[in-house]
Amino acid sequence: METIDLKKTTLRELNKTLQSKGVMKISSEWEIQNPDGCHALAVGMSDPINVIIKGSTGYYCGGMNKNANIVVKGSVGPGVCENIMSGSVTVEGDASQYAGATGNGGVLVIRGNASSRCGISMKGVDIIVEGNIGHMAAFMAQSGNLVVLGDAGETLGDSIYEARIFVRGQVQSLGADCVEKEMRPEHKKILQKLLRFANADVRIEDFRRFGSARKLYHFKKKNIRGY
Amino acid sequence: MCGIVGIFLKDKELESKLGAFLTQMLSTMSDRGPDSAGYAIYGRPKKHKKKITVQSSSPKKDFSSLAKNLQDSFNEDAHIRCSYTHAVISSKEDNCTKLKKWLSEVYPNLRILSTGNSLEIYKEIGTAAAISNMFDIASKSGTHAIGHTRMATESFVTTLGAHPFSTADDQCLVHNGSLSNHNTLRRQLSTYGVHCETENDSEVAEAYLSQKLGSGANLGEALQQALQDLDGFYTFLIGTKSGIGLLRDPIACKPAVVAENESYVAIGSEYKAFVGLPDLDKATIWEPEPATVYLWEH
Repeated sequence: METIDLKKTTLRELNKTLQSKGVMKISSEWEIQNPDGCHALAVGMSDPINVIIKGSTGYYCGGMNKNANIVVKGSVGPGVCENIMSGSVTVEGDASQYAGATGNGGVLVIRGNASSRCGISMKGVDIIVEGNIGHMAAFMAQSGNLVVLGDAGETLGDSIYEARIFVRGQVQSLGADCVEKEMRPEHKKILQKLLRFANADVRIEDFRRFGSARKLYHFKKKNIRGY
Repeated sequence: MCGIVGIFLKDKELESKLGAFLTQMLSTMSDRGPDSAGYAIYGRPKKHKKKITVQSSSPKKDFSSLAKNLQDSFNEDAHIRCSYTHAVISSKEDNCTKLKKWLSEVYPNLRILSTGNSLEIYKEIGTAAAISNMFDIASKSGTHAIGHTRMATESFVTTLGAHPFSTADDQCLVHNGSLSNHNTLRRQLSTYGVHCETENDSEVAEAYLSQKLGSGANLGEALQQALQDLDGFYTFLIGTKSGIGLLRDPIACKPAVVAENESYVAIGSEYKAFVGLPDLDKATIWEPEPATVYLWEH
């Protein structure tokens, strides 16, 4: 285990080390102390290392992550693991706005609540939120899964493309072109796998599935005069 | 961008550290906007006394004669405490209106930043840390305070364009965001005789609230009405004699985090603002909901 104290090392040095090609040779286990809400912490990593962050972070923690597994022992600011490609990020506290935005792959687990615009424009990332999520979650979501164990705020899944949304609690309102859909065996299988990943001990039967009505993004011939 | 912070003390023992806490919180927010910064400190009010905080662009010239002229015109009833470009003039409550009128006639170039029983405002062009040093904010004590560090967007970088804005006694506002209907509102407010000093959008929000509070609404009601009448992006912190109010617009793009424990409620644009506050590990940290009024009052 390598330990880096951000009171002694600069953020730039830390990120450079974690992003370097030889990082696995130094250690596959890293612990970061005193993050103190700093921005862009542990971003752009590409090796399958485990990083534990002991405290809360600011904007864009774990951004563009590839292969690495990050655990934040605190809360995260806006844009956690924005554009994540693969690997995983687990947040033990809450997440601020646009958690997992534009994520292409990998998994984001939030043990607490996520605020507004969680999973906005997600493109393949799987997001599991154990608490509640705020308004406009999965706005223009294109692919991937958003699982919410608590409640969802207003306009869930507005202008959604092909992502799947599973909610266990109440949904305040659905956004344009987002509808409730039948939970078929293949969906239950996906949900089961994600809940297992997050070690969430809840019943699959309690979830509802939401997705695109596909009315918004298909061009209708009758609208041709509008162009 | 812009950074906003606020602190509301529950523990009286901490009151002597209010300015130090606020300086530390606001300095951390400097990278959200280093153009100008300001501090609004609510001290313990003195019975039947009022304070006027004024700012001068030529303090040496203005303040040396101001002390003497105050003495001549108001005898022992007015006292002046100068601090760099600012001066706090305290007087008997009954004399305050007369004093304000006298100031505007004899010293028309002085800018009145605040009036009230407990509020003092310090704001200038520069970083939060530099401005705290200028006015020794860290040594100030009080019950609650708000602060702002500005990235100017819609009006000039001037002292008057800096936050906090105050348009009524013991009331002030800091704003992260931008309003789109401020010109219309400014015109509407002028029909009620409410006058804005600057072209700044945030001052209009403060004037709007002053007008509502002046017509009998309480802060909660005024903020609820603001959700209907103010168009734009905002996280507001509002200081009053009794405490602090917070409001985010329904879209809630502009960030806000609250940390609350037994001793204080701290509010900041980012978690970073709380680092170094006592017993932060015992605080509940959460994000205020959009379009929801929050009030912390003594």
